Amino acid sequence: MSEPREKLVVIGNGMAPGRMLEHLFEAAPDQYDVTIFNAEPRVNYDRIMLSPVLSGEKSFEDIIIHGDGWYIEHGVTLYKGHKITQIDRRSKTVTSHVGEVAEYDKLVIATGSSPFIIPVPGHDFQGVLTYRDLDDVDAMLLAAQSGARTVVIGGGLLGLEAAAGLKARGMDVTVLHLMPTLMERQLDSSAGFLLQQELESRGIAVITEANTKQILGDGKVEGVELEDGTIISCELVVMAAGIRPSARLAKEAGLEVGRGIIVDDLMRTSDPDIYSLGECAEVGGMCYGLVAPLYEMARVAAGHLAGEPTRTFKHSETPTKLKVTGINLYSVGDFAEGETREEIVLRDAMGGIYKRLVIENNKVIGVVLYGDVADGGWFAQFVKDKTDISEMRDTLIFGQNYQGGEPLDPMVAVAALPDDAEVCGCNGVCKSQITGKITDLGLTNLDDVRAHTKASASCGSCTGLVEQLMAVTLGDAYNPAAVQPMCGCTDLGHDDVRRLIKAKELKSIPALMQALEWKTSCGCAKCRPALNYYMVCDWPDEYADDYQSRFINERAHANIQKDGTYSVVPRMWGGMTSSKELRAIADVVDKFDIPAVKCTGGQRIDMLGIKKEDLPAVWEDLGKAGFVSGQAYAKGLRTVKTCVGTDWCRFGTQDSTGLGIKLEKFMWGSWTPAKLKLAVSGCPRNCAEATCKDIGVVCVDSGYEIHFAGAAGLDIKGTEILGNVSTEDEVLEHVVALAQMYREQGRYLERIYKWAKRIGYDEVRRQIMDDADKRKAYYERFVFSQKFAQVDPWAERVEAEPQADIFAEYRPLADLTLQEAAE
Amino acid sequence: MNAPFSHIAWVAIGELSDIPIRGARCVVTPMGKIGIFRTAENHVYAIEDHCPHKGGPLTQGIVHGASVTCPLHNWVIDLETGQALGADEGAVKTLPIRLDGSVIELGLDSALLAENG
Repeated sequence: MSEPREKLVVIGNGMAPGRMLEHLFEAAPDQYDVTIFNAEPRVNYDRIMLSPVLSGEKSFEDIIIHGDGWYIEHGVTLYKGHKITQIDRRSKTVTSHVGEVAEYDKLVIATGSSPFIIPVPGHDFQGVLTYRDLDDVDAMLLAAQSGARTVVIGGGLLGLEAAAGLKARGMDVTVLHLMPTLMERQLDSSAGFLLQQELESRGIAVITEANTKQILGDGKVEGVELEDGTIISCELVVMAAGIRPSARLAKEAGLEVGRGIIVDDLMRTSDPDIYSLGECAEVGGMCYGLVAPLYEMARVAAGHLAGEPTRTFKHSETPTKLKVTGINLYSVGDFAEGETREEIVLRDAMGGIYKRLVIENNKVIGVVLYGDVADGGWFAQFVKDKTDISEMRDTLIFGQNYQGGEPLDPMVAVAALPDDAEVCGCNGVCKSQITGKITDLGLTNLDDVRAHTKASASCGSCTGLVEQLMAVTLGDAYNPAAVQPMCGCTDLGHDDVRRLIKAKELKSIPALMQALEWKTSCGCAKCRPALNYYMVCDWPDEYADDYQSRFINERAHANIQKDGTYSVVPRMWGGMTSSKELRAIADVVDKFDIPAVKCTGGQRIDMLGIKKEDLPAVWEDLGKAGFVSGQAYAKGLRTVKTCVGTDWCRFGTQDSTGLGIKLEKFMWGSWTPAKLKLAVSGCPRNCAEATCKDIGVVCVDSGYEIHFAGAAGLDIKGTEILGNVSTEDEVLEHVVALAQMYREQGRYLERIYKWAKRIGYDEVRRQIMDDADKRKAYYERFVFSQKFAQVDPWAERVEAEPQADIFAEYRPLADLTLQEAAE
Repeated sequence: MNAPFSHIAWVAIGELSDIPIRGARCVVTPMGKIGIFRTAENHVYAIEDHCPHKGGPLTQGIVHGASVTCPLHNWVIDLETGQALGADEGAVKTLPIRLDGSVIELGLDSALLAENG
């Protein structure tokens, strides 16, 4: 105490400056007289443990880091509830909001961050809270007592912890998240999906892609309205949409400020006597919010203040965990995809486990774990140390316990399984039962093993393991079943996938990829369109069509051409048109300078060479004339071609035109595995060429002959006869039932003639002609599906509000040639 | 790779939310159409909107992982490197791109812009 001590003033009393002082007192206990100004009226506490306080698992006393005694012991002057309003760098003083002035030799700014309040109407109502400090938690707990319903805006770490805590307090909670998957900054979409499932199973409603329009009420929260018009009633809104570094005080003092207060790797600001650390500091262009890097800042700053500047701050990847009891997730590093990157994915559908490692140059650079996070630290070490993992690559994903001295071969691992290890969980089949039957009965293919042991006969997720067992048991005698996998993302074929979608009630692509243990995180251009179709077909009322999984023609509702322009085909029912329609087409062709107009093979008019940005306006004009989309781009019902029948033709036996129109009006809008083209001919002369169509009808004196499975494309094939019926209504029922059977059984992109040949023409006849119950059931399912499918995509696009947004995707995002010219 | 970028000019071209997830939009620039892609993981990439095979508009393809499948003949192009994947050989140019918060900024050769202005 002989020498006068230097004066150290700290603005802010959070975890980072608290840790800094601990280091400082250890290294140089007598160097400084320390004064702290804390805007909060309390001591330093563990802010990241607020969630357990909210949920009731801990009390505030449990999370205090420095009690009052600590400040006394170290001679620290703590001003509680004092907010610093000014820094005077010339006189080296700070002033608090009540006029307290303190001199400093060294100043540390640790003002932290403040929650980002989305500036929607109503954001200042009573009942809108943030989730930042103990006052917020107290306010939420008060609201919980009165049973208020809560909307949490933001599905990131903080928002979800708040939601889980409030739910644990018995509140009715809805989470709104702007992005399609939760915690998208820390998790990939597959893990985000599992997290959402778990939260929903706890009774927390989650709405993704939710854009908040306004908070409803009259000075007091009554609900939240979304941009799409959805209204959620509530009395409490918690804004957890992110944080902003609190840098205003520093900026007003003339310090260099970017997103946060800019410091060097020794935590020094642009003024050599002023330091900054914590969430308000920006170092190396980055601001930090997780505690590990903030504690590292504390260590660096303390070292420098104590005159031992040995450490500098270096960026390192920090693992993320969610502090919600019973939810295990872990992520670290960079898990984006890239050409030089590979991924190892392990999914265990039964256990709700998802693990993904991103590998680059034989090094782990990113880790996402859900369900089982035990190996998180082990993987993170590889990320940190940049360990070469090529030696253990094949078994790496199984975790630390699987790593022996020798690299493990997955086949060896299967061989090493004990005899009583359960292989098929659904049917309770263990390893020895399978290998026993294989040896005793001489089974050599998967279907036989399934038939005799029931292993992999239910959900099928253990199929790979059963096949490995066969390979181990049979050795070279094993010839894997020639099931063509859908694509490189799975070992399952189309038929297995379709069966499992129904059996396991998989109603979204992420659900399917998890349950069927997809080998990639988001599929590929082969499997995604197929899966999207299967979902649309099997769950017409529940599945939300994923447009990004559709081929461009079905996204743009037009056919892409070789030069990137589009062609547009309006629907002409049964091939009939009128002067009014033709005039409208002529006007559109002139107005948009459409370079080519052509008649198609399906009796329609095709306008070719339309620029993408003109498409909406073209539809609008066509729509005014009564046209709807001809869906000439769809894997769905295309055209019903007709002849003029009894209306005009002297040979006509029935009203083929009328029947064709009736079929087309009934079936338009339906999606099918591949395109579906129909025709109705009025007599056996067959001018509508019905006998080379997917489904055709030939009218005869006694009624109608129904045909199917023709082809006149890559393959040429005459139709098969399905059977004869006597009325138009019967034609409709049979044709629709046949189409539905094909919709439910066909593989994506498999035309009807290939499907029918595969399952047998007689089987089709048996189900559609002979089994009236089956036929009616198919028919009913088609009719139900049409309720959701018969929406004219052109009208839907043109009528949507606001128009500008709907059409934005048809225009370039920006035109820099114009912008630059203007500058 | 070492194109003589005298200086990179960062130009704001829109918000991240303007591009659908697993989707793309195109930007008209003095050097032709550039495709801006957004992956499931919210990474953005900028490559020429012109397939090395027959010039198909890559922005109209299906985006999967960090690659896009051309809508014309199913070439798969890596968004990061611009290289065709699989058995196909060819490449498109990639451009520097970055996110400033939610704003997408495209890096263009400032000399090129000046000529145009």
